[in-house]
Amino acid sequence: MTEQTIAIAPGTTAPAREFGPLTRQMFVRYSGASGDLNPMHYDDTMARAAGNPSVFSQGMHQSALLATFATDWLGAENVRRFHVRFREQVWPDDVLTCSGEVETVKMNGDGSSLVTVSLTCSRQTGAVAISGSADFLLPAPHAG
Amino acid sequence: MTTATTEAPEPSAIGAVGTPFEVLVERGKIREFAAAMQSENPAYQGPGAIVPPTFLTTATSWAPPGSRVVVGFDRRRLLHGEQEYIFHGPLPRAGDVLIAQERLIERYAKPGKRGGEMQFAVVVTEFRSPTGDLVAEARGTFIQTAPKGGPS
Repeated sequence: MTEQTIAIAPGTTAPAREFGPLTRQMFVRYSGASGDLNPMHYDDTMARAAGNPSVFSQGMHQSALLATFATDWLGAENVRRFHVRFREQVWPDDVLTCSGEVETVKMNGDGSSLVTVSLTCSRQTGAVAISGSADFLLPAPHAG
Repeated sequence: MTTATTEAPEPSAIGAVGTPFEVLVERGKIREFAAAMQSENPAYQGPGAIVPPTFLTTATSWAPPGSRVVVGFDRRRLLHGEQEYIFHGPLPRAGDVLIAQERLIERYAKPGKRGGEMQFAVVVTEFRSPTGDLVAEARGTFIQTAPKGGPS
């Protein structure tokens, strides 16, 4: 067994992770996986007719990337709440950076802890595309 | 752009609920979703795969006609403002059956940044086990932006 103890305390951050450059194929893959077939995300003709320079990424697509970042950090099994706010559109060729910081840690009587983190998905411009937060219930550390 | 709306269904009132519908949590769908989220987390693979945090967005593909509440906003001015998923215990996993039901819980308005009025609606979907235990909730906030050149 390797030592996998990660210090989790308010202010703890995870190494940021990049996704991209984003491609239309990624948007299409998310459309199919989610069942959201809004053509604004894969049909340039319709996206332009609606006043956009091109197709753009689903806010829920970026949320899913942020979820990948967060669950790799604190454990897929441990997530108990995941919240996102959609802030700015994301375009083909964008490079997104996901980052997170521990806000609070609440110890439970059984040794488990409820960790609340803030999450951010930013574009290469520095503008925030998604701001989010999540709760993770971390199991009690194994004795010994 | 015109503002004509044809045959728009009646918007749901606060407290309105949709018809409950069955959602099957499927291993292949979880795997497909994990690929779209560029996750290689082993928790999303295999016979015991659990759902990713935003996976329940796929539940609407199980919704039969008439099972969804009607936000009633103009599609051209509709924004998805916020989304939240709450899990009340261990995450649903492949093979689970959930019963989903939508409820329109809140409507409110705010002044638009450039005049007019922005409308908000909050829809909560409850996901219960077949025995009625509340397993998860999805909460979506939808926004109708102020009409362009509207009153200010």
